[in-house]
Amino acid sequence: MTITATKDDFTGTATSSANGAWNIGVPEQGTYTVELDESTLPEGIALAEGQENPRDVTFSQTSNLSVIFAFGEGIVVQQQDFGQNLLNRLVAGLSFGLLLALASVGLSLIFGTTGLTNFAHGEMVTLGAVLVFAFNALGLPFWLAILLALLGGGLFGYAQDRGLWRPLRRRGTGLVPMMIVSIGLALAVRYVIQFYFGGATQQLPYAQSPEIQLGPVSISPNNLWSLGISAVVIALIGIVLLKTRLGKATRAVADNPALAAASGIDVDSVIRIVWITGGMLASLGGILWAYYRPGVTFDMGSAILLLIFAGVTLGGLGTVFGALIGSIIVGIFVELTTVFGLAADLKYVGALFIMIVVLLFRPQGILGRRERVG
Amino acid sequence: MDFGFILSSAASEIFSPTTAAYALAALGLAVHFGYSGLLNFGQAGFMAVGAYGFAISTLTFGVPFFVGLLIAILASAVFALLLGIPTLRLRADYLAIVTIAAAEIVRYIVTTNQLTSVTGSANGLAAFEGGFYSMNPFPEGSYFGMNNRDFFIRVVGWALVALCCTLIWLLMRSPWGRVLKGIREDENAVRSLGKNVYAYKMQALIIGGVLGALAGMVFTLPRGAVQPANYGTELTFFLYTCLLLGGLGTVLGPVIGAMIFWVVLSLTQGILYGLIESGAITWLNTVQAGQLRYILVGVALMLLMIFRPQGVFGNKKELAFA
Amino acid sequence: MSSTSAAPAAQPVTDGDSVVKVTDLVAGYLPGVNILNGCSIEARKGELIGIIGPNGAGKSTLLKAMFGLVKVHSGTVVVRGQDITGLKANKLVSRGVGFVPQTNNVFATLTIEENLQMGMFQRPKDFAERFDFVAGLFPELGKRRAQRAGSLSGGERQMVAMGRALMMDPAVLLLDEPSAGLSPVKQDETFLRVHEINRAGVSVIMVEQNARRCLQICDRAYVLDQGRDAYTGTGRELMKDPKVIQLYLGTLADTAE
Ligand SMILES: Nc1ncnc2c1ncn2[C@@H]1O[C@H](COP(=O)(O)OP(=O)(O)O)[C@@H](O)[C@H]1O
Ligand SMILES: [Mg+2]
Repeated sequence: MTITATKDDFTGTATSSANGAWNIGVPEQGTYTVELDESTLPEGIALAEGQENPRDVTFSQTSNLSVIFAFGEGIVVQQQDFGQNLLNRLVAGLSFGLLLALASVGLSLIFGTTGLTNFAHGEMVTLGAVLVFAFNALGLPFWLAILLALLGGGLFGYAQDRGLWRPLRRRGTGLVPMMIVSIGLALAVRYVIQFYFGGATQQLPYAQSPEIQLGPVSISPNNLWSLGISAVVIALIGIVLLKTRLGKATRAVADNPALAAASGIDVDSVIRIVWITGGMLASLGGILWAYYRPGVTFDMGSAILLLIFAGVTLGGLGTVFGALIGSIIVGIFVELTTVFGLAADLKYVGALFIMIVVLLFRPQGILGRRERVG
Repeated sequence: MDFGFILSSAASEIFSPTTAAYALAALGLAVHFGYSGLLNFGQAGFMAVGAYGFAISTLTFGVPFFVGLLIAILASAVFALLLGIPTLRLRADYLAIVTIAAAEIVRYIVTTNQLTSVTGSANGLAAFEGGFYSMNPFPEGSYFGMNNRDFFIRVVGWALVALCCTLIWLLMRSPWGRVLKGIREDENAVRSLGKNVYAYKMQALIIGGVLGALAGMVFTLPRGAVQPANYGTELTFFLYTCLLLGGLGTVLGPVIGAMIFWVVLSLTQGILYGLIESGAITWLNTVQAGQLRYILVGVALMLLMIFRPQGVFGNKKELAFA
Repeated sequence: MSSTSAAPAAQPVTDGDSVVKVTDLVAGYLPGVNILNGCSIEARKGELIGIIGPNGAGKSTLLKAMFGLVKVHSGTVVVRGQDITGLKANKLVSRGVGFVPQTNNVFATLTIEENLQMGMFQRPKDFAERFDFVAGLFPELGKRRAQRAGSLSGGERQMVAMGRALMMDPAVLLLDEPSAGLSPVKQDETFLRVHEINRAGVSVIMVEQNARRCLQICDRAYVLDQGRDAYTGTGRELMKDPKVIQLYLGTLADTAE
């Protein structure tokens, strides 16, 4: 395949060798645009999700720099018939929707109990995947890396609440200022992650996962695991919320914090638990997202932040089960739009557009209810 | 380390065309958020609509400069209408989410390979600035160390900033502006006076959006290129940082905020690079130093919002929120 | 105009019958803006206390300040001999104070049963026993435990709200305008229920905008004006007081029924 690097009026072209390696010599240091000609890719291979092409690369200190274009698998779909394709995308969409739901359920719980629209939630997603990568790179066993990443996510949630949001609540900071603070936090955390992690795409262990045939559906084992894990975790969260004392208290705080306090519920500690849970859920979502794409990057969470928001708003801000349904709709919608002819690089547009349209006709969301007054 | 060079390049940021563009776009946000309380998180989208509206009408339809300008302004007004219709009646956070989503939709659409012939997809468009520079009245030569093109775009950019500031200042002192501030303070009170709150908000959204479109043009003209990667959500958040630096409910605030923003970035960048090259800092390379600026902006945005939401020069009474 | 002789705040409570004693309470929502300007009220064991006054007098603020939901600047709130001034709301529940706010007083997204469970958040073990007690007072609630509170009518919500506040077996129940927004029939029913609760041994402090009805059923009442207790006396006394009639009852007489 052919790769081109350009800067001002310099253009360098290279054709990669059979193992995919390529090399372009450039006259000076600086920022170059590197583009891979997708028409020269072998049949059945496409760039993976989120692989920017062309992309800008900058080098000023070093004299050489490597640029990796990661490839996704089985993205080429022309050979399959429509029904088969629809089914496959439906299952993939469900898997994607459920992993989105992990993040959006946490976001929704936080919104419900504190009123905060947290723009830093994407970074909580990123953190999970980055931590697994980091712990694994340190040589820890895979399962331990995952466990520590989940704990790290919970700790990040706790630290955010303790160090930032709770003091702001005490000061009586309004919701709009808090939203803007969360944007500042998102920027800061995103680039702190980039600072340490770098700008490249990395892969988690076992990221290669060729598709298998499962009855009529072909799906990669990773996707299957992801689907199962998120379904189980979300079911657990649902049971906790519906059946346990703590879960009911959480719903009570989300419903009416002042009345919850007047009933003897320690609102602050419920909120703390919600932040910890939200951080862990986001972490898990991030790990699964790293396998779904596949790849870990410093901005992988912010890339799906708006899809998470779309899921939450579709279902009705602050209703947990709404966030679940909304996310599944978004996930399936994103995957299905490509089946119905929308270009792959526009697949997020459909989901965002649907969110705007739903807000137009049902601002309380699909599941959100207008409460009876009086 | 060459402090003279660091200082002079920081000082040159004060009147750079990019600073003018940020000032214009932040002024638009001041109209939205500062004066009207509308939480527009999609200003980058308005800038993209302006920049692409101009570039596409010039390149694809070959219209003259002023027609392109008009098209860019109209396109951003239509964008504001489309956004405002579903969201202006909703809560502030819905408007925020819808505007940021709409701005991303714009960015995805100009990035997609489906429309490469019109938008140039990820590479963007170039060579549409000829019409503008052909109007350059300054003959070739050196103007304060700049060539006549650089000087021309600065003069035009800052004249535009001055003009827009004056217009917004007059507008906000007019009866119209007083109603708008009234809406920010107490929407229901204004409604009970028989004013159409929705129409006022829509007008404010359009005015701020048009300022964003003009900013988009001022941003792309000196580059001679427009690329989608420049119009991501981060741009909007940088603009909010400028706005908060300068002050929300003021006309000069966004301008001064944009200047502070770029001078501080340039200074920290220059000093860090200097320290790295002189070997004083070894735990950092220049790429990481470039990332530090984003961290800095994020932290600045948080601290400003928490400790000085009215901005460096703003008045606390002018805050849109308690 | 305060009719109380300013008692020193630090005086120990010796009256064994006193359930709640509020002394010179000064409180407000924003720093520097006091809504209550030295308000003193007391409820003794088994009493039904009424609080009336014009809109904006600070009646709701008084209840919220007693309950730790509004910042108290000075003055004290003593419950059964213990100073609880400024304690957070969730700490007060175990000290025997129940509170039913004026608005938003049920968890609309929770079922009736869950609402009552939340009322007993700190003592879930005794739920069955307390539930029977509350269901005895409000048989309607016992029959519809799985229904979402948000789908109930105003009168039914008021029952859920009172039921929730009664779950912890409070010594005193603070009610903020329990009859507001109800039809005349439902209002009668509500006052009847409040009376029953009171007879079951719970002291009640009830804020009411329906002054005449309130004075009819309460043992004693306070008239609140501009953040102070302007008048006090038994319900009958106040109903006959020309000043009270002129200020509050005269104009309210038409709306009373
Ligand atoms: N949450 C609040 N924040 C600020 N001021 C409030 C708040 N709630 C009530 N107030 C003010 O406190 C005063 C007394 O209100 P309130 O206690 O509700 O009166 P009442 O219940 O007697 O009608 C009013 O002037 C009202 O505007
Ligand atoms: Mg009241």
